[in-house]
Amino acid sequence: MMGGRFANMLQAPSIVMLFLWMVVPLSMTIYFSTIRFNLLYPERTGFIGASNYEFFLTDPAFLPAALNTLLLVGSVLVVTVTLGLALALLVNHRFPGRGIVRVMLISPFFIMPTVNALLWKNMFMNPVYGLFAVVSGAAGLEPVDWLADFPLGSIIVMISWQWTPFAFLIFMTSLQSQGQEQLEAAEIDGASGWQKAIYLTLPHLGRSIAVVIMIQTIFHLSVFAEIFVTTGGGPGFDSTNLAFLIFSQALLQFDAGVASAGGVIAIILANIVAIFLIRLVGKSLMVR
Amino acid sequence: MRARGRNLRLPLRTGAAWAAAFVMFFPILWMMLTSLKTELQAISVPPLVLFEPTLDNFVLVQERSDYLSYAVNSVVTAFGGTAVAILLAIPAAYAMAVHGGRFTKDILLWMLSTKMLPAVGVLMPVYLLAQMAGLLDTRTVLVIIFAMINLPIIVWMLFSYFREVPLAILEAARIDGASVFREIVYVLLPLTWGGIVSTALLSIILCWNEAFWSINLTASDAGTLTALVASYSSPEGLFWAKLSAVSTLSCAPIVVFGWFCQKQLVQGLTFGAVK
Repeated sequence: MMGGRFANMLQAPSIVMLFLWMVVPLSMTIYFSTIRFNLLYPERTGFIGASNYEFFLTDPAFLPAALNTLLLVGSVLVVTVTLGLALALLVNHRFPGRGIVRVMLISPFFIMPTVNALLWKNMFMNPVYGLFAVVSGAAGLEPVDWLADFPLGSIIVMISWQWTPFAFLIFMTSLQSQGQEQLEAAEIDGASGWQKAIYLTLPHLGRSIAVVIMIQTIFHLSVFAEIFVTTGGGPGFDSTNLAFLIFSQALLQFDAGVASAGGVIAIILANIVAIFLIRLVGKSLMVR
Repeated sequence: MRARGRNLRLPLRTGAAWAAAFVMFFPILWMMLTSLKTELQAISVPPLVLFEPTLDNFVLVQERSDYLSYAVNSVVTAFGGTAVAILLAIPAAYAMAVHGGRFTKDILLWMLSTKMLPAVGVLMPVYLLAQMAGLLDTRTVLVIIFAMINLPIIVWMLFSYFREVPLAILEAARIDGASVFREIVYVLLPLTWGGIVSTALLSIILCWNEAFWSINLTASDAGTLTALVASYSSPEGLFWAKLSAVSTLSCAPIVVFGWFCQKQLVQGLTFGAVK
């Protein structure tokens, strides 16, 4: 059918644009990663094979950065899914002021990451004037310098604060669509609250949990702004993730070759995670 | 026994919900309060809750860095990027949802996989390409990039809305001799308007809060609000009240926008997969 073929062509612009957006920079990155390319020394050029990769992989920061990346994604996922679920269950009944409670609970999701990070860094985690220090001082405890002593943990707190509302929002919507008849039937059969939660509610939420995990992983693999405006990756490499490590190679040390090698490695790692994710989640997204 | 437990449990749950909402919202509340203090009040120990509010910080912020021009950049790039992406995505999602073939699922997954490409991996080439094209620190480059990074999610979401439209309705239009263009504009779009709006809302919020490309590709001309706030990251004497003021100004538009649209947003966020 002619109409069908023409209609099919309508997806071409999107596909071509995305293909260009992906392939052009990607092939340039791969090319840069095999040449000598430092923005400070433009006269040094030439093919150098895998030495940029060797340099990046043997950088003492690489292993911590890779581990931090995974730790960050994993911790944020655990915290946000657990808290989001708890909050969604908590507001899943009628009570006075429910609308306002819901608006307050989702607000952090709209805060931009740079504001989020600076807010926590200064007004809450500052070791002298921050609210945490003031409260722990009032309780007679030593104040903690959160960003110096627990840099990655602090960043996990910031990101979790922002993304718990996202998980909450999706779980809440999903809970509202759960059939009441089933729950009532279970109750008549003598099921306890926990039994209902584990055998009926959790399976019902399966698909939304999959959505939350997939979208959040995509965003958290490349966390950047929160680190950029708070710790700058430090102290040492304690809060450096791969995205930030590559950024510091590229724009702070001007070594585009090594940064590109790092970029290729980050892409490979992200694709390994993506394959797992799509196996795990892709199916449940495609099912009607 | 059981009934009494119930009666007690409801107020408890309500109280807990209120408490949780207060805790989650507290940082935002604190930011707004601090923006109304003087710098000295902002760091006072114990923290002040009652004080005489002042608007000086907002004036200072505007004087120091011209908040309005950053705000205009944010609005233009967020709406521009979203508009471009939606215009590209509507025909694509139509083709996939209505005339989908064997490869539709693979194309969709491939599109999503471009989101897995870490931005930092292509920072160098994109920076150099933008430099060569003379597009560094322009709104144009941000509009293009915002459109590209949101296109996969937008196509996916529109696809899931378009798929809900009964094929018979579209076929009837075709039999009546409607062209593909008319079929989309007069039949498909009116039926899926809600979905398109929620998709656009989500995209606008994501663009507004995008930080990586805005920080790395723009300076004073095309800088967005995320970049403006990032410029307050290095401590400089007493600056919390000013920082709070600039943060409040930068987030207020999108937070209020989000509150008004939360219902549509929920549909959007779930890829239409959760009902």
